Amino acid sequence: MILQKNPIASAICLVISFFSLAALFALLNAHFVAILQILVYAGAIMVLFIFVIMLLNLKKAELIHDKMSSLSFFALIIGLGLFGFLMMKFSLIPLVFFGETSPSFGTAQEVGKSLFTQYAIPFELIGILLLIGIIGAVLLGRKDTD
Amino acid sequence: MTEITIHHYLILSALLFCLGLIGVIVRKNLLVMLMCIEVMMNAINLTFVALARYFNTPDGHVMAIFVMAIAAVEAAIGLGIVIMIFRKKESIHADDYRSMKG
Repeated sequence: MILQKNPIASAICLVISFFSLAALFALLNAHFVAILQILVYAGAIMVLFIFVIMLLNLKKAELIHDKMSSLSFFALIIGLGLFGFLMMKFSLIPLVFFGETSPSFGTAQEVGKSLFTQYAIPFELIGILLLIGIIGAVLLGRKDTD
Repeated sequence: MTEITIHHYLILSALLFCLGLIGVIVRKNLLVMLMCIEVMMNAINLTFVALARYFNTPDGHVMAIFVMAIAAVEAAIGLGIVIMIFRKKESIHADDYRSMKG
């Protein structure tokens, strides 16, 4: 995905990885999160990205002059270093197989119960954040009228 | 014995996160940089969900939902900023945005 020249090709690869992650969530018994992953990411966010790519109508020259920066070696070092560090930390976790879960684990009922009791205040705050996001996006997207 | 354990999920999520990080640093196209940030958020989601399965609580799922909401807001605002700047400078190349002056 990060090696594609064309942003549309990157976006298509991103959709594929979102669907794969949704499958992984379903395998982890997180059915509700898997459905939300498809609806929110593959549905809403990807449509937004592809819409903006098409809207901006980039010229051919602009895509060609978009080459990898001189930082690629540096970036590779940072990425591999972080990965090695995380691997070192993970090796401290004892190797335990996943236990059995109750049949209701990960369903909308179970997650919703937790979402509206224990996490009710963060849930409301996320709602306010979404509202602020909508207002900000509208303000940013409108043409200057002064 | 090849059974899927928590380690496989954590390694995959670390790999995704590092790929997203490398992408943000290496690429100069603002749209692709935003996509790489989405990949990083997805990697965090995978960690939350895997650990929720590991500890057998729905808390990780709730956190994953919050992360999704934040990712949606971030994508909307980020793309709004990209569109606004593109109208001014006719470019989405990150190097063209060096000056803060509009």
